[in-house]
Amino acid sequence: MKGGLVVVAATAAVAVAPLVASTYHVLLMLPFMAYAVVLLGLNLLFGYAGLVSFGHALFVGIGAYTGAFLTSHGKIRSLEVILVAAAALGALVAVPVAALCVRYVKIYFGMLTLAFGMVFYTFVLKFYRLTGGDEGTPFLRPSLLGRSLDAMPKIDYLVGPYYYYSLAVLILAALGMWRIVHSPFGLCLKTIRDNPVKAETLGIGVTRYRFFAFVISAIYAAVGGALLGPPTGNVDPTLAYWTHSGNLVFMTLLGGFASFFGPVVGAFVFIYLQNWVMSIVPYWRLIFGAMLAVIVILAPEGLMGLVTRRRPAPASRA
Amino acid sequence: MILQADGLRKFYGEFCALDGVSLGVDAGEFVSIIGPNGAGKSTLINILTGITKPSAGSVRFKGREVGGIGPVRLARLGMARSFQLVQVFPDLTVLETLQAAGVARLGRGARLFASLAGDREVQEAALEVAELFGLADQRHMPARQLPQGDKKLLDVASAFALRPEIILLDEPTSGVSTADKTAVMETLVAASRRIGLRAIIQVEHDMDIVFAYSDRIIALHQGKVLADAAPAAIQADQRVIDTVIGRKAGAH
Repeated sequence: MKGGLVVVAATAAVAVAPLVASTYHVLLMLPFMAYAVVLLGLNLLFGYAGLVSFGHALFVGIGAYTGAFLTSHGKIRSLEVILVAAAALGALVAVPVAALCVRYVKIYFGMLTLAFGMVFYTFVLKFYRLTGGDEGTPFLRPSLLGRSLDAMPKIDYLVGPYYYYSLAVLILAALGMWRIVHSPFGLCLKTIRDNPVKAETLGIGVTRYRFFAFVISAIYAAVGGALLGPPTGNVDPTLAYWTHSGNLVFMTLLGGFASFFGPVVGAFVFIYLQNWVMSIVPYWRLIFGAMLAVIVILAPEGLMGLVTRRRPAPASRA
Repeated sequence: MILQADGLRKFYGEFCALDGVSLGVDAGEFVSIIGPNGAGKSTLINILTGITKPSAGSVRFKGREVGGIGPVRLARLGMARSFQLVQVFPDLTVLETLQAAGVARLGRGARLFASLAGDREVQEAALEVAELFGLADQRHMPARQLPQGDKKLLDVASAFALRPEIILLDEPTSGVSTADKTAVMETLVAASRRIGLRAIIQVEHDMDIVFAYSDRIIALHQGKVLADAAPAAIQADQRVIDTVIGRKAGAH
């Protein structure tokens, strides 16, 4: 119950942020919310199924490019349509990728996802007509709930309607994921994470569950990826580069993969810390690398692990 | 015959772990498999439960060929097992472990957005099995925190939670103190009556347990069936005494 109050308070704080915080900080919240959606999905795979993907930038890229392509080439501006299309395309690409990857575990799974990510990155870079190559594609300002907001100044649009739209998507994504991890499906995933041999003897088909977890995580990554586009107004291949996949894993570790909200906290801290460190020293990767080492050694359960000190209590009332 | 194996062979490279093993288990039977280390007991259990594919021979469960179909489908058909080296889900609680078995049994694993906490059938079934195995007090404890004996019980209990027709227990009392072995066996027998289990096969080293509970004993030696008879006949079989029972005395 205490956890529930913290979540409500945090959500309320995010909701009032545009009224009290500086524009600079409010704008930083936009990538945070987009990444939070991505990581909620990634953690279904990481924290609940025990599979670490080093290729999820692929699906972030698919989401972002779907939006860029639809707004620039397709004359479709509706963000609802863009998000649905991103989710559908993410799932479509995830099906063959997942079917192959989930047959492997541990480092082999990680390397395979990395390989698919690299293939996609090269595709994005080389198919100039479709993607704009290394210059990327403009992500034109999407309309929200059928309302075109092109007349608004860009900053007003981002800290106003777009901010609350992102927050709504994040809340819906979190509610959906909360249901998934507390469903019979979620329990089966956890058995597979803990002991796949034992899970199989209980009649739980390991590859099938891993497959669905992978596809769901890809859908989340694509939706989050599409939300990343409008704030910058341009989508370029760095979004799909493998170091971006690494950042996603870093954020998850930073917040703590053993906790439901760990990755969300990780995304928040990562974004703000990155901006802060970058403003002080040019070598932010050096600082972040050192931080990652400290986290893995001293706090393997991440920031949430320091707060809760144990896995979240299961939601059983029997 | 609920379970029937014919001419099972298993080669690991040149090594022949099982060399033409045939056996049958009838409804209502409690069958023990005994034999010295390396006799092929674990290989046999792993083949019967679908984890290992036999090199030759067939396994029929309820009249259906099941050789090599894998543990997932066998579990759905009504065969469950527990492990010699205890297998639990370290971070799941006792109740969650038993709920997972219930979810699998009822085929509800695809329910993506349903509430597990709100699934009364799964919740009640899990609690019932926890009580049956005396694990109700520890039901909210993660498996990794349980004492070794309770981990073993949880492994067996989760197999029972599948409400199988037949269960294969790989050394159900290994790692359990001598004083507690009988209690574990009594729990097992009571639980199997309660869930309507049709047959039990166990691999066991403790001869007191074997002779006290078995309807029939199958002795394996060097990958072959040395004897397959009622306990009294096994006790009188000189070959079995020499190769299995004699060696076992004091060894475990």
